[in-house]
Amino acid sequence: MITIEHLTYTYPATNRPALEDLSLHIPAGQFCAVVGANGAGKSTLCYALTGFVPHFYRGRIEGRLHVAGHDIAVTPPSALVGLVGLVFANPFNQITGACYTVREEVAFGLENLGVPPAEMEQRVARALALTGLTDLADRSPFALSGGQQQRLALAAVLAMQPRVLVLDEPTSQLDPVGTREVFTVLGALAAQHDTTVVLVSHALEWVATYADRVIVLMAGRLVADGPPSTVLTRPELESWGVGATRYTQAARRAQAQGLVPSGRPLPVTLPQAVAFWSCASS
Amino acid sequence: MRILVTDVAFRYPNGVQALAGVSLAITGGEAVAVIGENGAGKTTLARHLNGLLRPQQGRVLIGDWDTREHTVAQLARRVGYVFQNPDDQLFERTVRRELAFGPRNLGRRQDEIEAAVAQALAWLDLEDVADSHPYDLSLSQRRLVALAAVLAMETPIVVLDEPTTGQDAAGMALLGRVIEDLKAAGRTVITISHDIDFVAEHFPRLVVMAAGRILADGPTDRVLAQTGLLAQAQVEPPQLVRLATALDLPGIPSTVDAFLALWARTRAQAGRERPDGV
Repeated sequence: MITIEHLTYTYPATNRPALEDLSLHIPAGQFCAVVGANGAGKSTLCYALTGFVPHFYRGRIEGRLHVAGHDIAVTPPSALVGLVGLVFANPFNQITGACYTVREEVAFGLENLGVPPAEMEQRVARALALTGLTDLADRSPFALSGGQQQRLALAAVLAMQPRVLVLDEPTSQLDPVGTREVFTVLGALAAQHDTTVVLVSHALEWVATYADRVIVLMAGRLVADGPPSTVLTRPELESWGVGATRYTQAARRAQAQGLVPSGRPLPVTLPQAVAFWSCASS
Repeated sequence: MRILVTDVAFRYPNGVQALAGVSLAITGGEAVAVIGENGAGKTTLARHLNGLLRPQQGRVLIGDWDTREHTVAQLARRVGYVFQNPDDQLFERTVRRELAFGPRNLGRRQDEIEAAVAQALAWLDLEDVADSHPYDLSLSQRRLVALAAVLAMETPIVVLDEPTTGQDAAGMALLGRVIEDLKAAGRTVITISHDIDFVAEHFPRLVVMAAGRILADGPTDRVLAQTGLLAQAQVEPPQLVRLATALDLPGIPSTVDAFLALWARTRAQAGRERPDGV
């Protein structure tokens, strides 16, 4: 679904590439998480997958990037609408300001595509239900809390039913229950509907629980790629600016202090941590 | 400087009852975290502390000032408020000018302004971008600029609305150091956060809100032990607390070191209680 070959991209008026010699293949239906320090190129990758790079930001682009069969470098963003959806990190950047209600906001993209009203209503209702916004459908988008606005930004993209869903920290302002709901929805979209999900997140416990794969970017380069339990316990994570879950930190420190035998795989999630410490106790 | 919130109620023009009889007393130098689900009223409460919102019922005292009797500009001398969305706060052409705006409006001398700006830049590790336009920076950097701009005002009370949002590991460590510095300096720090792991590590007092009311208020470990109440407020305990609970460890560890000490202590105790000592 996504094929990137030796992609290098540099923003205008800068010298250092934001993405450098990046190669990656993400098959249809995969839930791929992108982690890395701030400034590593995660948001730029999101913009590249959706055509904002280079069509909006301009700059210099080299290499190949194909999404859903389209060469991004020569495909206008309008041709990608409906195929690829982007949820911005800051919902303020996404909410149109042209709609009086949450329901209208979610319908905005569909209206612009000329989707028939009956289908539009159905898709809007489903997106509102998936994001827990049904009860707020008649409220103004600007009368929502920060977390509710973030759900709205997600709902508006879900309603478009894109084949590739790109999300830049979509849960950064959500409470834990909202975060769990969003990850559950994303997991289901990938597993049941063959939607390809590319998610930027610092929420490592959730990433480890739901993602099929984790890639790590540092200074625009791909430095790690693999299953969450392998990538998110790499000792280099701290130097890459990613950090680790408290489960991993505790187990690693216990091994370093000789409290538990070394060599056992480090946990990333709660079930893994319970298994780790239960074995250490026996 | 003491904060006293007494029976405050607030309803937005659209009819949403955001606060419904909230009372809270915070003494000078305390570090308090307010948690709860989206829409619980956390930000509405925080905006009452610097006068952006005025109570429709009850009152808010900042020291001896009733917020209904003072302007936002006056209250800004006592309460620094870091917005959830930095783009609501930043407007100057450079980071340096942004940081100087607050102290200048407080009437500080030029040398005092420069010293406050330099200190805040160093504190938040922003010296390299001091002459950049804030909107040329990433969202996470703009959040640090918004915090630095408030720190430069040297207010006795600092309110942080979701400070960890979008921060990477280095940004989280930096924020943790800033909060510990503020606590050591005897300044009052109040944060709204969904990052329960961060809150447990740095804030000894926890206020849990739901539907515009305070459900719990007390020492962080005691509040985190009330699992039923946390579930009611849609709050999940920190990772280490969940792990300790799953392992039946008798304690509420807020840091990795505390967890390891609890585990070692429990294991040693279990060893002593075995009849053969094995």
